[in-house]
Amino acid sequence: MLSVAAVRKRGAFTLDVRFDLPTPGVAALFGRSGSGKSTVVNTIAGLLKPDAGRIVHDGSVLLDTQRQIDVPPECRRMGYVFQDARLFPHLSVAGNLRYAERRAAGSAYVSLDAVTGLLDLGSLMDRRTHQLSGGERQRVAIGRALLTQPQLLLLDEPLAGLDGARREEVLPYLETLRDHLSIPMVYVTHDFDEVLRLATHIVLMESGVVVAQGEAAKMSLDPHLRSLSGPDQVGAIIEGVVLGFDSASGLTKVRVGHGDLHVQAKDLAVGTALRVQLLARDVIISTQIPRHLSVRNCLAGLVTGIQDDDLGSDLVTIDIGGAEIVARITKAATRELSLTAQMNAWALVKSVSLRGHSFTLPAPATTSAASPDA
Amino acid sequence: MMWLTADESEALRLSLSIATRSVAFNLPAAILIAWVLTRVRFVGRTLLDALVHLPLVLPPVVVGYVLLLLFGTHGFIGSWLQKVFGLELIFTRNGAALATAVMSFPLMVRAMRISLENVDRGLEDAARTLGARAADRFATITLPLMLPGIVAGVITAFSAALGEFGAVITFVSNIPGETRTLPLALYTALQSPGGEHAAARLAGLSLGLGLGGLLLSEWFSRRVRRMLGR
Repeated sequence: MLSVAAVRKRGAFTLDVRFDLPTPGVAALFGRSGSGKSTVVNTIAGLLKPDAGRIVHDGSVLLDTQRQIDVPPECRRMGYVFQDARLFPHLSVAGNLRYAERRAAGSAYVSLDAVTGLLDLGSLMDRRTHQLSGGERQRVAIGRALLTQPQLLLLDEPLAGLDGARREEVLPYLETLRDHLSIPMVYVTHDFDEVLRLATHIVLMESGVVVAQGEAAKMSLDPHLRSLSGPDQVGAIIEGVVLGFDSASGLTKVRVGHGDLHVQAKDLAVGTALRVQLLARDVIISTQIPRHLSVRNCLAGLVTGIQDDDLGSDLVTIDIGGAEIVARITKAATRELSLTAQMNAWALVKSVSLRGHSFTLPAPATTSAASPDA
Repeated sequence: MMWLTADESEALRLSLSIATRSVAFNLPAAILIAWVLTRVRFVGRTLLDALVHLPLVLPPVVVGYVLLLLFGTHGFIGSWLQKVFGLELIFTRNGAALATAVMSFPLMVRAMRISLENVDRGLEDAARTLGARAADRFATITLPLMLPGIVAGVITAFSAALGEFGAVITFVSNIPGETRTLPLALYTALQSPGGEHAAARLAGLSLGLGLGGLLLSEWFSRRVRRMLGR
């Protein structure tokens, strides 16, 4: 567990945050530019001093202004991946990696070879840093941070400087880290797509304060997140498990809650855990068992809430058995269907987006052996 | 050196030796002062900055005179040095090296400061998160990144040291074989009747040295820039 409490006043901007993150897992610090996200990670890293605060990670106190404890950044054992990579220009890629390796403290849990394999750095080793593309730079920066054998990995908008294609090139590596190494990560971003792909926990920030936080799946319906992600991105993020592949239709059957979804996907092994996003605008509600419809995906559930979305529509949440999904319908429809809480309802899903493959929470820190070929 | 006369090669050797010693003496001090002036905020920083740069704006004769006052036989520091170390500066090549060092110090500090200001503090922060402590960071990140400035500073200071005239002649006089460096020899030749030919040869020698220094400096800084990937 990482507990952070920090107050820092500079000019007109006041940062005042307090949150607890379960570890391991990926906590996304999500918010607009200037909301204080980077200040928070810099404070966790020890590069910025808060006026008052306390930071405790897995029982070790890193900062406590009341007790005058302030572990310097070089002793905090935090890996930091900066937005601009910050590779050392006078060293080669291998030199950058070894720089970290030589200064690593504590027990080593990931070797240079493992990192090289995990991030595909083998062919880059002899290159100078200015010969790397943006995506390669970030991969090297991630590898370098990992080689300090960190207890926590901080990533400050590592993909913000990259275009769409380069971003796609790095994202799978981050997913690999999340799934195969049990290093807890704090991931700063203002890109909702990255949150959907990576986060297990979301901390929402606005003008220097935390406005909401919680598990990714539970946060997906939070009104603050709604206002940040925009009305078209409103939707449930739920975890599912692959049941099988139907070669005739080319669809993969995924179990979510009590129901099944058929999604366009191939090459997913039975039992693979995935994360799917059901956008509220793609969900239709029926109060009777629907028949004779073109829509293939239908989930039965119980209405748990109806709330105004501040844009003239209603957001209806439906429990489909251990998971909640949400549908956006007009107020007129709510009236005509006389929708109320605890009613049986059927959700017709027009489209399902896969958000990240093989999403598994790393086992709680038992053995931290990392294997790149897992 | 067969194409030089005995006097000429003596002046050349003396110049090179004095310049080398002044640069070697200045190098660590200049790095320290450049670092202090760039990175440390303290009361009196502007005063220190002005003191360091004073030799640039003062007539060299004044610098030589102040050195005489401080390091002369009866000077505050000079008498102490003589008593404790038996070190005599006045009228010696050590004294010439000191005068040259003082005169070229600001050139060295300036070059280093500029390159130190260009060192990305973010890289030092990155090194910090990788577990590098202060001295380690300075040696492995800051110093290599300010190398262009160090190279430029050393070469500029060395060239200036070869040509230092006023402070040297005022402080340690013009003694053949001890303090008569190239510019002093050139001056002496010009003062003596029929010395035009000798003066021209010495001037040519100085020219060659200067040009060589500039070319060397260019070659070095290109190499360093390539090393830093710029």
